[in-house]
Amino acid sequence: MDLSAISPVLLIASLMVSATPILLAAIGELVVEKSGVLNLGVEGMMITGAISGFAIAVETQNPLLGLVAAALAGAILSFIFGFLTQVLLSNQVATGLALTLFGLGFSSLIGKSYSGVKPPASARLDIPLLSDIPILGPVLFRHDLMVYVSVAIVAGVWIMLKFTRAGLVLRAVGENHDAAHALGYKVVRIRLLAIMFGGACAGLGGAYLSLIRVPQWTEGMTAGAGWIALALVVFASWKPWRVLLGAYLFGGVTVLQLNLQAAGLAIPVEYLSMSPYLITIIVLVIMSSDRNRTALNAPASLGRTFHASH
Amino acid sequence: MLTLEKRAIPSRFWARSTPVLAVFMTMIAGGVLFALLGKPPFEAIRTIFWDPLFSEFAFYYRSQLLVKAGPLILIAIGLSLGFRAGIWNIGAEGQYIMGAIFGGAVGLAFYPAEGWYIFPLMVLAGAMGGILWAMIPAMLKTRFGTNEILVSLMLVYVAQNLLSSVSFGVLKNPQGFGFPGSRNLSDYPAAANLDLIEGTGFHWGGVAAILAVLAAWGLLSRHILGYQIQLSGQSPRAARFGGVEPNRLVWICMGISGGLAGLAGLFEVAGPAAQLTPDFNVGYGFTAIVVAFLGRLHPIGIVLAGFLLGLTEVGGGIAQQNLGLPAASIQAFQGMLLFFLLAMDVFSNYRLRWATTEVV
Repeated sequence: MDLSAISPVLLIASLMVSATPILLAAIGELVVEKSGVLNLGVEGMMITGAISGFAIAVETQNPLLGLVAAALAGAILSFIFGFLTQVLLSNQVATGLALTLFGLGFSSLIGKSYSGVKPPASARLDIPLLSDIPILGPVLFRHDLMVYVSVAIVAGVWIMLKFTRAGLVLRAVGENHDAAHALGYKVVRIRLLAIMFGGACAGLGGAYLSLIRVPQWTEGMTAGAGWIALALVVFASWKPWRVLLGAYLFGGVTVLQLNLQAAGLAIPVEYLSMSPYLITIIVLVIMSSDRNRTALNAPASLGRTFHASH
Repeated sequence: MLTLEKRAIPSRFWARSTPVLAVFMTMIAGGVLFALLGKPPFEAIRTIFWDPLFSEFAFYYRSQLLVKAGPLILIAIGLSLGFRAGIWNIGAEGQYIMGAIFGGAVGLAFYPAEGWYIFPLMVLAGAMGGILWAMIPAMLKTRFGTNEILVSLMLVYVAQNLLSSVSFGVLKNPQGFGFPGSRNLSDYPAAANLDLIEGTGFHWGGVAAILAVLAAWGLLSRHILGYQIQLSGQSPRAARFGGVEPNRLVWICMGISGGLAGLAGLFEVAGPAAQLTPDFNVGYGFTAIVVAFLGRLHPIGIVLAGFLLGLTEVGGGIAQQNLGLPAASIQAFQGMLLFFLLAMDVFSNYRLRWATTEVV
């Protein structure tokens, strides 16, 4: 085993890259859950985004168009979920599971002809001067555009939820949909918009995986990333900056275990590969063990069906 | 303007006809999807739903139908109890894998001894493997209030890694020329789960499925526990006032669903799959969720739904060979089926009304 091959600078730089897909998906899901909707279909939307983005990027040879297409595909798919749960009042848990099943199948159906294809390369933003700073340069300023976009989305969501009227209305809908309805807010419309924002973010996260992080298309390539994103929202207690912190911690674990695999640690590969999932469980347990805190942070109407009877 | 008005009691007519309607709408939507992707729509639908039963080679496919429907029904029966009570075990795939590992390991430990007691011990170990794996989310849920959906699902990935670890490691066939995977259990008579009636695909898993269906039917219609399960699902608050212990239900529902999933895994690995390999599992644990919902969480409905989805699994296999559709595309079908079913549920729970004035 050769641990000296693991460079801390590269480790931190690559953890940001490895965290970006789940960061994007989780920040989208945070907005959805803040509006009182639990969408368990993140995994399905991510993988659909991954293949849609990949296919469009390969056909047009333009990675940026691919990312836009992925966000669109995620939003369209999430609209199905939104229509079913908000207009047809279906059970959110079951509908979310259906979305995941459908997404996994649909993506492999269109993805068949794209396996083994190389996507067009995405440009790295080598920010002049800043990227030449020792240590900080490679860690912070030599990434591709999406790493910065994902942080910007987190900041945007934080500002929106905390400082704007729209954010206040969204939170009101999530805390008590009946009261929000009585005040004249369009509960269903607001939730549909939130759901589609979540879908777009999940789609982007998936496309980041297939276009930049891996970059390649393989069937079922998200491998539970969508579910981890869902867990991340709980970990973050529905707070945007904690989603960022959680995603980077998680990215760190993933990168570290990959590095340990490469360094030939005496632990079998399988046990290292299962560590991200085990750590997710442990984190969930720690966060939920204090029931009062969880109850305070979770949107009060989360997962409940809204039916305006009068 | 159309509005929805809640029915006091869900409509029985709609509850029974929506699954049938959902299947037809899935066929239509699936055909459209295939046409958009440049595959022949009618041929694809016929291959999936018709050929397994009535084509030239149907004599072979018909036995496959029982092979696929058995585990689906067995797992879905267990899941349906939890789903009725609002306990969401969606990690049946992981419990299925653990049942196969535990049961398979017991069988392999006895190799090459012969004895009538070996297979029953394997069955017991398979059920235990599934139960133990399901006890993890149950324990975390009752003790810390951790979300059972996420924990049970994470454990699927852990189980998959464990499976690959044992098939490359401790349970690898010493005479397997270095290939991953255990000894072939179908070559080991004391541990093999062969067809009880030659060529029908009916093995001990089928027997277990029948017993599970009967037991679930009795439990739900004749036993206090079944009443408590249904009460907790429909009104958790009323159930607590009625003396139902929510944590006890979590333990019971997770235990039953985990045990049945573990059994399904053992019967599969000792029978049709015949050996533990890193990818012997084919997603029955997830398909069973669709089976449970399509069967309206009712034992008889689950039997019918299990056969229907078993049919699509067989048909999906044929479509894979003849039309070059990827194996996972059948999942797209199953997802759509669940979509249509959930969408049309609105008719059983609500009434459509014309409202003359709109104030909403």
